[in-house]
Amino acid sequence: MAEHKSTGRDGRTDTDRPPQAAGDPVPTVIADNLHIVYRVYGTGAGKGGATAALNRIIRRRPATGVREVHAVKGVSFTACRGESIGLIGSNGSGKSTLLKAVAGLLPAESGKVYTHGQPSLLGVNAAMMNDLTGEKNVVLGGLAMGMSREQIRERYDGIVDFSGIQEKGDFISLPMRTYSSGMAARLRFSIAAAKDHDVLMIDEALATGDRAFQKRSEARIRELRQEAGTVFLVSHNNKSIRDTCTRVLWLEKGELVMDGPTEEVVAAYEAHQ
Amino acid sequence: MPQTLTPPAAAQAPVPGASPDPELRALAERHGLTVSGARPSLPEYTRQLWQRRHFITAFATAKVTATYTTAKLGQLWQVLTPLLNAAVYYLIFGVLLGTKNNVPDYIPFLVTGVFVFTFLQNSVLTGTRAISGNLGLVRALHFPRACLPVSFCLAQLQQLLFSMGVLMAILLSFGQLPTWSWLLVVPALTLQFVFNTGLAMVMARLGARTPDLAQLMPFILRTWMYASGVMFSISRILQGRHLPKAVEILLNGNPAAVYIDLMRFALIDSFTHEQLPPHVWAFAGGWALLAGAVGFVYFWKAEERYGRG
Repeated sequence: MAEHKSTGRDGRTDTDRPPQAAGDPVPTVIADNLHIVYRVYGTGAGKGGATAALNRIIRRRPATGVREVHAVKGVSFTACRGESIGLIGSNGSGKSTLLKAVAGLLPAESGKVYTHGQPSLLGVNAAMMNDLTGEKNVVLGGLAMGMSREQIRERYDGIVDFSGIQEKGDFISLPMRTYSSGMAARLRFSIAAAKDHDVLMIDEALATGDRAFQKRSEARIRELRQEAGTVFLVSHNNKSIRDTCTRVLWLEKGELVMDGPTEEVVAAYEAHQ
Repeated sequence: MPQTLTPPAAAQAPVPGASPDPELRALAERHGLTVSGARPSLPEYTRQLWQRRHFITAFATAKVTATYTTAKLGQLWQVLTPLLNAAVYYLIFGVLLGTKNNVPDYIPFLVTGVFVFTFLQNSVLTGTRAISGNLGLVRALHFPRACLPVSFCLAQLQQLLFSMGVLMAILLSFGQLPTWSWLLVVPALTLQFVFNTGLAMVMARLGARTPDLAQLMPFILRTWMYASGVMFSISRILQGRHLPKAVEILLNGNPAAVYIDLMRFALIDSFTHEQLPPHVWAFAGGWALLAGAVGFVYFWKAEERYGRG
């Protein structure tokens, strides 16, 4: 059978995990020897004064300001439909960068990422317009994700209920700048989770919510996964990784250290710490 | 079984451009996976942009309302700002200096020029920062990036429409009664909007790569304003002078001057056909088409690179 061929050839993805959808792994994200290099301008020479800049221009030394940061170094993996994959590693290990590259938001230096459909990334600082009411942000966020006005109207109540920001009073009609960081993060997650994604990536967004909200979002993540989607989750909370993920990628200094079932990788990671 | 992976060989000696794994590529192809973040074809890109038209209009409206949301008078400022602008110009040029520059209906003439040029100026300025000032949005969500400059220009158009309301009130108070020629405002504004958007898209791409442009543009735009006959009549200056033909063509063909003159022609009775430079509608249409097409293609060419670094 076709699906068996595809399972057999990739040694990393065919570990039998019980929660997988219906047995046949259909790849949704393939990263092939992915390298990401950031170029940071304006760091060079240390001194940022106007005279220093002028001096640099006069002496024709243009390149001093550019520094390269090699954030992801040759990562390869294949993610399948119905998997929820946790990304762990210390701060600055390249987790968020990897997600951005999968979402197509950062171009790869070399190597390729193949995806099924358009992956959606949900980050903590996903921009919302702080001067607008929560209500308008729900509409705007939905439209930006490509939902139609009718779809948004249908799901509006669901989004607001899910975020739970109405529990403490009528906050949805207030500008988002009046929200606490937890409330804003909850609303953002609710908006993003309202759409059915083939691939949804969540970057530490759950860390800000309270316990009740975290429970709701974990349930929603499981739901998304059962709708034959793939979910990526970056978190420093090993418990929430254990609760939601079936597989874990461990990154360190931009390199993939370990890739396997949640329990074993998290245990190794904890032992390493 | 979990396995500790030895990172791929290329990772140890990070050679950008290391050969990709053909097997993974074949697997991706077999399941219909596409390269993430690749630039779509031009027709596909246009289709995607059209799909997000509701986002573009909603974002524009949001931008306009968000500008005044912290002010106590709120949205009233949308009308107050152009009104105060007009008042300042009236005070300086009408009362203090008494300059009429031999132009009849000088105040409507001046205010029309100022409003139309402000539309162009702000479209270019916000266009320059459309990508570089919204990196958060660009890095967080996936949508055709052209949404941003188009949206910002639409927001400027909305502002201009408020200004036009004020302008028409001023015209009425100066005894100009509405005539059929006022309808010419619609094609003139449409063409200018296309021109502005095209220019904004060019500036958005340049500004995304070189954010310094945002510092430089105000000076360039101010120079452009003084050369565009906002405060004086180009046709009067050209009268009875023997300037080189090239300078004359440059002054008359200047898109800003073209759109300003068209608006004056539409709204002000004493601004007659003779004051319009030759082939003015052809210039207006040509500039719009040129800027629109070039801007869109130029912007699309770098689609996959916005938001980097």
